[in-house]
Amino acid sequence: MVFNQDIIKPENLVYKKTNVLTDAVMHYCPGCGHGRIHRIIAEVIEEMGIQDRAICIAPVGCSVLAYNYFDVDSQGAAHGRAPAIATAIQRLYPEHHVFTYQGDGDLAAIGTAETIHACNRGENIVIFFVNNGIYGMTGGQMAPTTLVGMKTATSPYGRDIHLHGYPLQITELLAELPGTYYVTRQSVHTPAAVRKAKKAVQMAFENQKNKKGTSFVEFVSNCNSGWKMSAPAANKWMEENMFAKYPIGDMKVNGEKVSK
Amino acid sequence: MTEEIIIAGFGGQGVLSMGKILAYSGAMQDKEVSWMPSYGPEMRGGTANVSVIISDERISSPIISQFDTAIILNQQSLDKFEHSVKPGGVLLYDPNGITKPPTRKDINIYKVAATEKSAELGMAKVFNMIVLGAFLKVKPVVTEEFIEKGLFKSLPERHHKLIPENLKAVQTGKELVETVHTI
Amino acid sequence: MAKELKLMKGNEAIAEAAIRSGCDGYFGYPITPQSEVMEYLMLEKPWEKTGMVVLQAESETSSINMVYGGAGAGKKVMTSSSSPGISLMQEGLTYLAGAELPCLVVNVVRGGPGLGTIQPSQADYFQATKGGGHGDYQLYVLAPASVQEMYDFVFDAWDIAFKYRNPVMILSDGAIGQVMEKLYVGDYVPRWTNEQIHKNAPWATFGKLVSRDHNIITSLELDSAKQELHNQKLQAKYREMEKNEVRFEEINCEDAEYIFVAYGSSARIAQKAIQLGREKGLKVGLLRPITLFPFPTVRLAELSKKVKGMLSVEMSAGQMVMDIRLAAGNNCRVEHYGRFGGMIPTPHEVLEAMESKIINA
Repeated sequence: MVFNQDIIKPENLVYKKTNVLTDAVMHYCPGCGHGRIHRIIAEVIEEMGIQDRAICIAPVGCSVLAYNYFDVDSQGAAHGRAPAIATAIQRLYPEHHVFTYQGDGDLAAIGTAETIHACNRGENIVIFFVNNGIYGMTGGQMAPTTLVGMKTATSPYGRDIHLHGYPLQITELLAELPGTYYVTRQSVHTPAAVRKAKKAVQMAFENQKNKKGTSFVEFVSNCNSGWKMSAPAANKWMEENMFAKYPIGDMKVNGEKVSK
Repeated sequence: MTEEIIIAGFGGQGVLSMGKILAYSGAMQDKEVSWMPSYGPEMRGGTANVSVIISDERISSPIISQFDTAIILNQQSLDKFEHSVKPGGVLLYDPNGITKPPTRKDINIYKVAATEKSAELGMAKVFNMIVLGAFLKVKPVVTEEFIEKGLFKSLPERHHKLIPENLKAVQTGKELVETVHTI
Repeated sequence: MAKELKLMKGNEAIAEAAIRSGCDGYFGYPITPQSEVMEYLMLEKPWEKTGMVVLQAESETSSINMVYGGAGAGKKVMTSSSSPGISLMQEGLTYLAGAELPCLVVNVVRGGPGLGTIQPSQADYFQATKGGGHGDYQLYVLAPASVQEMYDFVFDAWDIAFKYRNPVMILSDGAIGQVMEKLYVGDYVPRWTNEQIHKNAPWATFGKLVSRDHNIITSLELDSAKQELHNQKLQAKYREMEKNEVRFEEINCEDAEYIFVAYGSSARIAQKAIQLGREKGLKVGLLRPITLFPFPTVRLAELSKKVKGMLSVEMSAGQMVMDIRLAAGNNCRVEHYGRFGGMIPTPHEVLEAMESKIINA
């Protein structure tokens, strides 16, 4: 018979939750990417030793309660307004690390103006953009990034460009702006992808430390609940469909566009 | 003493700045003052007007509809404000471009050919100060000493070298003003 | 305190007061008739003098959210706009009220509805004093009637905002914003240091201290029982304001048989009407509410028992008159006189209205 206390010993430690995440139980669906994205951001904050000056701006969407999970001072924004809020705090506390954490509806629909103008002013903030092509929290409605033909609660026959318009590649658009210094698209659906994504998070905060302007990190993620799939099936569907429209990789590094 | 004045003309004639210099001068002379401009798109090349109040007492309303003095620099403004002069008040106008001169008999009317004179002297920039001089001759509500102080306070420093020319224009206006009709 | 005489527009006085009162940040968007506020700030470059941040946002929606961010981080931040822009800010204002954030919003009111006119109006009284956005909340609303008050109320606004953790609105109008009058300015009040912010706004998100849990600024509470408690706390705070922070001015009320009730520009016009009325032997006075929320209800109720009638003078279709009627009950006659659409009543008109609607009615 093996008991827990026999296993829980320092020499057996293989993983420890970062102390920049609280002990609150996350409300995200099993299989959702938010948990992993939260973790790598929190880990980088811990590793860089910036917990005392990191400020999280949470959006409206599935991650509306992100401030309960990140153990840093946080503000909950009105829908889409996080980049405006982050702009002010970063300007008022230039040595701080203000970051927003936003979904596709928040950042690329209702908050398009705030997103584009914060990036265009080159605000020294970090924007984390989680793109799963759907409004998760409100029950699976069409998002600006929903793929053509994709069925959602408000595009029940599939996204039709004549009715709904095209999916918005906002990250490509932002890479064109002179104010953005680092623009990249990552995913967190495999261990290798998580490791790469964490490096991107690190680069974003490093740029901010060096006051380089806006760093923008998109995570293409799944929504197995909204997509009505199992988690593994959702990840497979994401690789086959989402990545075709939203290819993984850097778009702008050190202020220079990356040639394809 | 309370003097309620409207200055009205085309945008670009220096209407607002004339009012401002008058208000500053009054303030320098320890009077209560207010300066209330018309504003917005109507000023883009259209008519501009400003009401200025100079008083020994606290000013109640800076927004006024009847005036002790109207200083009028174009026909539209004459049409609009001739009837707003209080009986016994003063109407001072520049005859340039005026096709229908004022007709009221219950007010004192003066004219100053400031446009013509400033062109003749090559002093177009201080046209409005000639008009101001004419007004001060008729109604000496502030003394010359304080006009100079008002100019110092209201003009940006880089324009301070123009103050002597401005004061000369005030003098010119004082000499140029003509009586049209008195009651 | 050393006093220096200046001659300034109301809008410029707001900007000068911001710099001198230790404001940390101004975020705005141009709109007539208040654009001079940001123009003045950009010209003065306060970031070189006091470290104050000034930023032109992409919209009023954005500027009010910048205010939310800065206020949530414990800074003295403000914005200014005029009616249509203030309508756009209502989302931000209700979030600010819900999250209990201290800040200053200046509304230099113009005529509406819609794009309306750029000329002065007082038709945003309801919006300013009855919430404005969704949910039960109140702004603390100051109504300046002179350039000097535009300046002074900025200082007062910070005190109230931080005392009650509540947004403060200065409700002005195009006339007070554009008029130039004498203004006495005082010494510079230094901006708060980080230590002062930690002490005065311990709830703010200025960076997690080892000594405390992380601070969260939000207006969201998914548990209805907790949200109700929060609402009760807000209401209790508003009742405290009503008890402690009512401000008004009385002119010629001692022997008055009839009183005008008017704020801002209308109060100045009513003052002139009083002069005209007294010359005719009419015993008229003025009660000028300085705070519109909290409203001088108690004083108006007292006066309503002494006078024969009250005339509300507003550049609107009659908004404040509702609050006067609530205060006066059936004690005396209460009527409204107003112009709207950017038209400004003359003192003669106002006096005539007092005679026809109250004295001779």
